[in-house]
Amino acid sequence: MNKVLLGLVLGAILGAIDGMTAWFTPAVRAQIAGIVIGSTIKGMIVGILIGGFARRVQSPVLGIAFGLALGLLLAFIVALMQHGYYFQIMLPGGIVGLIVGYATQRYGRGSQLQRT
Amino acid sequence: MTQLSDKVVARLQAEMQVPDLTGTRYHLVRYLARGGMGSVWLVEDTVLQRRLALKVLDLIAPTDDLAARLLQEGRILARLEHPGIVPMHDAGTLLDGRAFYCMKYVEGQTLTQHIPNKSLPDKLRVVERIAEPLDFAHARGFIHRDLKPDNVMIGAFGEVLVMDWGLAKVSASNLKPAENEIATVVLPTQNSLRVTGTGIVLGTPGYMSPEQARGDIAVDHRSDIFSLGAILWFMLTGSAPGELPVAAGSVPRPLRAICEKAMAADPRARYQSAQEMTADIANYRNEEPVSAYSESLLERAGRVFARHRTAIVLVAVYLLMRVLFILFEPR
Repeated sequence: MNKVLLGLVLGAILGAIDGMTAWFTPAVRAQIAGIVIGSTIKGMIVGILIGGFARRVQSPVLGIAFGLALGLLLAFIVALMQHGYYFQIMLPGGIVGLIVGYATQRYGRGSQLQRT
Repeated sequence: MTQLSDKVVARLQAEMQVPDLTGTRYHLVRYLARGGMGSVWLVEDTVLQRRLALKVLDLIAPTDDLAARLLQEGRILARLEHPGIVPMHDAGTLLDGRAFYCMKYVEGQTLTQHIPNKSLPDKLRVVERIAEPLDFAHARGFIHRDLKPDNVMIGAFGEVLVMDWGLAKVSASNLKPAENEIATVVLPTQNSLRVTGTGIVLGTPGYMSPEQARGDIAVDHRSDIFSLGAILWFMLTGSAPGELPVAAGSVPRPLRAICEKAMAADPRARYQSAQEMTADIANYRNEEPVSAYSESLLERAGRVFARHRTAIVLVAVYLLMRVLFILFEPR
């Protein structure tokens, strides 16, 4: 699977799981559908961007660092919109970015292979 | 009549072995090593001003058979142009009647000297690189027949070179008509592999395939696969197959299985090409399934975990974090 597609799929899956865990918080359970959709879209955006980065930069360390940074940044924006839950939103967001960053570098097929 | 002491006789014999390079473009530098048919000397090519290794027959018994075999080795090397095979530069006969050939001088170590203190992946990569020229030679109808650690050189820059093709066999279909005569001298049609004109068994015990040791006529490239398996075994244990008992746990099971398959008594049960064997070695290095070894479920799980440990650990950390959030998040 190419790196961008892998990032997209992984981001979507992990984002959806991230959103679904909101069900365990009674205060937000009523908005679960919106949270899951938003979280999935956020995961997909993170995944595409990390996958695009992995296509250009072939370095596991930089890929992981970029994934972590991007995951944290997007989670921070979401937390800002929520006016709180910074830790609860940013920690999983950062780890999701880190996983996608590692996976795209380790398992994604390079763009040079697609051109041949 | 005055009798000469053994020491003096030995000294005279050593002096007689020194090749007479008069009339050639080579200048003798020093003795390098002893080969199966003669000796190897470091010489300087005075025209191109480079150092070469000159292999020359012993003066004592320069039989036609040996001269033909040396020439045959030279011709084989000349035909096998591969980065893993030492390049051939010149061949001929010296003024003293001894046949010789010149090849690239490789500065480095034999595999025997090279392997101590090397990591397992490094050792496996060396075996893979020995297999490359071997596969190349097999594809052109040549069989080495004397593959062993002392016939593999590791150069100063880590290049791996397969040396000493003196016992190599050429398939009949691969010879030009003029070369057939030489081939029949070196490789007579009957019992050619068991006994030479001098009554010496061809090959090296421990690294020689059973069919080669028996003197079977139908020895093919799978005999070299056996030797490659024996080299792998040597690199893993430090001793030739059968030399010393090896503790059960000292060699990883998949690698042991690769060795056993390569060294199967029946050539049909072996890997059918060097490439096939190295594919299995590469699989082991990459923590993928090895065709020679059927692993248990536990072993498979362990291998998959080892291969994807970072990803598995990351996902586990993520899930753990999620569970902790669910359990301890303030409601």
